[in-house]
Amino acid sequence: MRSNTSPDYRIELSAVTKRFGTPGGSAFTALRDVTMTVEPGRFCAVVGPSGCGKSTTLTLVAGLDRPSEGSVRVGGRPVDGIARGTSFMFQTDALLPWKTVLGNVAMGPLFHGVPKKTAVTDAREWLRLVGLAGFENHHPHQLSGGMRKRVSLAAALINEPSVLLMDEPFGALDVQTKAIMSNELLTLWDQTQPSVIFVTHDLEEAIALADQVVVMTAAPGTVKAVFDIDLPRPRGAVQEIRFGKRFTELHHEIWESLRDEVERAYARTAASGAADVAAVPLSKEEARS
Amino acid sequence: MTTPRKLWVHLAQVAVLIIVFGGWQLLTSLKIVDPFFFGQPSGIVSTAWNWVQHGTNFGSIWLQIWTTMEEAILGFLIGVACGIVVGVLLGQVPFLSEVLSPYIKAVNALPRIVLGALFVIILGLGMSSKVVLAAFLVFFVVFFNAYQGVREVDGNFVNNARILGASRMQVIRNVVIPSAMTWIIASLHVAFGFAVIGAIVGEVLGAQHGLGVIITDSQNNFNADGIFAGMIIIGAIALVAEWLISLLERRLLAWRPQMASEATAV
Repeated sequence: MRSNTSPDYRIELSAVTKRFGTPGGSAFTALRDVTMTVEPGRFCAVVGPSGCGKSTTLTLVAGLDRPSEGSVRVGGRPVDGIARGTSFMFQTDALLPWKTVLGNVAMGPLFHGVPKKTAVTDAREWLRLVGLAGFENHHPHQLSGGMRKRVSLAAALINEPSVLLMDEPFGALDVQTKAIMSNELLTLWDQTQPSVIFVTHDLEEAIALADQVVVMTAAPGTVKAVFDIDLPRPRGAVQEIRFGKRFTELHHEIWESLRDEVERAYARTAASGAADVAAVPLSKEEARS
Repeated sequence: MTTPRKLWVHLAQVAVLIIVFGGWQLLTSLKIVDPFFFGQPSGIVSTAWNWVQHGTNFGSIWLQIWTTMEEAILGFLIGVACGIVVGVLLGQVPFLSEVLSPYIKAVNALPRIVLGALFVIILGLGMSSKVVLAAFLVFFVVFFNAYQGVREVDGNFVNNARILGASRMQVIRNVVIPSAMTWIIASLHVAFGFAVIGAIVGEVLGAQHGLGVIITDSQNNFNADGIFAGMIIIGAIALVAEWLISLLERRLLAWRPQMASEATAV
């Protein structure tokens, strides 16, 4: 496993605005004037209320979409379509159901013209690293949610990305599985050191994983604050460090900033929803998710 | 494994067969129903047997069967291939599909079977006119399904493959076609039926050999038994084809979950 700590894979968004046309003909501003930087090899978590454009940010960095204004640069070069060296882990499963686990993981190298034998050997090695040795010939539907996430992780990392984008990758998992996956992600990230943008709505997860937490405002999303997470690495089990003193301080500090946005986003949806349904008020805790 | 319930189902099925054909035989023997118009099971069997032993007016029965089969199979293969190619192409190139969609709808609305007459004029009484008619009928069935299948491909799959480094052709080969395969295969069952219809109608419109020809000949001789015998032979062929397509389906879609069998935890 080569480590590719290329010093120049900095992710820079400057004054990025993204508007979408709505079916009604008007424009919806998803992102407004977003400026943020992720230093090479750093793990950046993005938190914010739902619908604040977190996922849109990722699609712009991935080159799946272009900003309406402003610029997105990766490694100093403007993002112009999908670039080699960027991997993306989607919120929902993107594994091909008709391919075996091995076939899914080997896809990346095969697309890049790596000889079949090498690609398969690499894929086996990656499956071993994510703890799925012995499942090579299973199909995705035969695996549990957590196992499918590991396959996705292996498929994303086999291309040795310098930039890894993750859109609430563990959002659908139960708490225990999520904790296990977070630990494995950190171990693998440590070995390969890509620059990461990790979108989540779970603040604890964000603090436990990241070097830097970016709080976004309610729509149109923009960067509200950036917090450096100075917890030492290796961090150890996510389930344990969240009770540490520094962790709770950070959590308190960031939640102070995030809460207003969550409440604002909630008030807005509740107001628009009140017209047709009698919205049941959520507690603050529920509104977080 | 035959459970008692299964056994009863099979027994009842045999009973239905006996009642229908036995009743038919009985009613025609008693002249309650005129066998001249409605045929008679014993007459149908003896007609078919006669064809096997002494051949038809147009040569051996096997030649007629083989001719029709050949036309249907060739037409089927050509129609399926063209349907998939054009379906995937139009599904992938929105500009093309927008330009062509009114024309495709218009052609689809026509009674295409009538084109068989034209094909006989253009291509003559040989096999090619039947093959083209069969292919033409098959094409539309497969095309619409392939097109729909391509449009239904999960955008996530496509984006994921693109980010993993897939070129356009690699996306089509690895994501689009396998994904549309469920739709395409579903259309094959119906499509083979259309291939047989195309071949038979083509033969009825004008040919030297084939089951359609002996059916027309029976009609001209007021031989109801002959029409039924031809029909039954065609039905048997269609059943065999249906079975083969099911085998293919099972093979190509083997990856699909058999049942909701949620496997193992992490």
